[in-house]
Amino acid sequence: MSNIVIKERDIVIPGEVLAEGMDYLPGDNTYREQDKIYSKVVGLVSISGRVVKITPLSGPYVPKVGDKIIGKVIDITFSGWRVDTGTAYSAMLNVKEATTRFIKKEENLSEIIAIGEYVVAKIVNVTSQNLIDLTMREPGLYNIAGGRIIKINSQKVPRVIGKQGSMIQLIKENTGCEITVGQNGLVWLKGTPEGELLAEKAIHLIEEKAHTEGLTERMQKFLTEQKSKVNN
Amino acid sequence: MVYKKRLDGRAIDELRPMEAKAGVIPNAAGSAYFKIGKTMCYAAVYGPRELFPKFLQNPEKGLLRCHYSMMPFSGSGERIRPGNNRRAQEISMVMTSALEPVVDLTAFPNAVVDIFVDLPQTDAGTRCAAISAAAIALADAGIPMKDMISSVAVGQVDGLVVADLMYDEEAYEGIVSDIPVAVMHNTKEITLLQMDGEISKADLMKALELAAQVTEKVYEVQKKALKEKFTSD
Repeated sequence: MSNIVIKERDIVIPGEVLAEGMDYLPGDNTYREQDKIYSKVVGLVSISGRVVKITPLSGPYVPKVGDKIIGKVIDITFSGWRVDTGTAYSAMLNVKEATTRFIKKEENLSEIIAIGEYVVAKIVNVTSQNLIDLTMREPGLYNIAGGRIIKINSQKVPRVIGKQGSMIQLIKENTGCEITVGQNGLVWLKGTPEGELLAEKAIHLIEEKAHTEGLTERMQKFLTEQKSKVNN
Repeated sequence: MVYKKRLDGRAIDELRPMEAKAGVIPNAAGSAYFKIGKTMCYAAVYGPRELFPKFLQNPEKGLLRCHYSMMPFSGSGERIRPGNNRRAQEISMVMTSALEPVVDLTAFPNAVVDIFVDLPQTDAGTRCAAISAAAIALADAGIPMKDMISSVAVGQVDGLVVADLMYDEEAYEGIVSDIPVAVMHNTKEITLLQMDGEISKADLMKALELAAQVTEKVYEVQKKALKEKFTSD
């Protein structure tokens, strides 16, 4: 006899029983002990077929292969750059992954990317010890010049981007800013000073209200209001 | 003197009124406020973050560190000298070992999670309040945990086994014992057990049974605090 104790989209806390019996399988952020499945984090339940998993509502950024992140270069080594990812683990950007052009042996690496600069890079490898390898050899990956960097909770990134990028598109159109959102919660804004300020406000508002419904309409209203205030 | 009725008129298994709130410190990764009677407690969790000095790093598992501290004005009049002292050091240590069994340390190798606990007002049962608050804060910070920890003190006051002693009871004339207990919710495993004073074996067994019962009440408060945080916003 197996039965599921909780419903889809319920909020659970660590140690809460999710399902009893062997018919269900523990997915992400859950574990099985004897015949019960328990939650490991605070999060939303999602059930797909026989798998029960939890989408965390808080917590640190967990690096995943393929994620586009924004990081700060903190050191230069023989073979590349060390990049701070905003988590407990820094990432390596190898010389041959930094640009599409050939880098000569005696070239000064700090002329390509200096310490303290920010880069938009993609994760190509993560080990069990959370060592991260980055690449910048793909379109849409570059070092950042100008603008400002803001930090948000990495769990809220999907809401800031919106469905098929709808939310970020809305902010871009209304503020005239270029915006890049890293999966690790760092956001780069570049535009006019007023536009940047408004975009920053808007993004922090999304972060705060991430769980409410009708967020896109709410943001639309907020942005029009703010813009008319500036114009008057 | 025989202790029949409790000084504040509570039933023997009744806890002081509790209050809890998660996410009270925006800068921290996770935080909690926990109040039981006149004992108030704030817990803030930072991390996982890089661990220094480097020789403390362990590639197999992360480190959990607790920092317990009573605020200078938290006692009943006398100023408490701020900073670390023997007592705070010991309580930090027992807190760490009370929380460690439920925290999945393998999730953050080479890194550290720091828990800072501060008590603005105290009236006995501070280490229990600190552990209960820290458990909420850890869950709020999204640190993987296999269970919740709830903690409360039980004890014996002049022959009567009671739950959640307040300071006046601890200071009662006669034979008193104070036993802080921390319990895992699902398995009822005990992760903290200390004792001050004297108690008979039979009474101790009774007190521990009582502890398993009353920590459930603390758990309900913790659960409510966490769920409230994530439904309200």
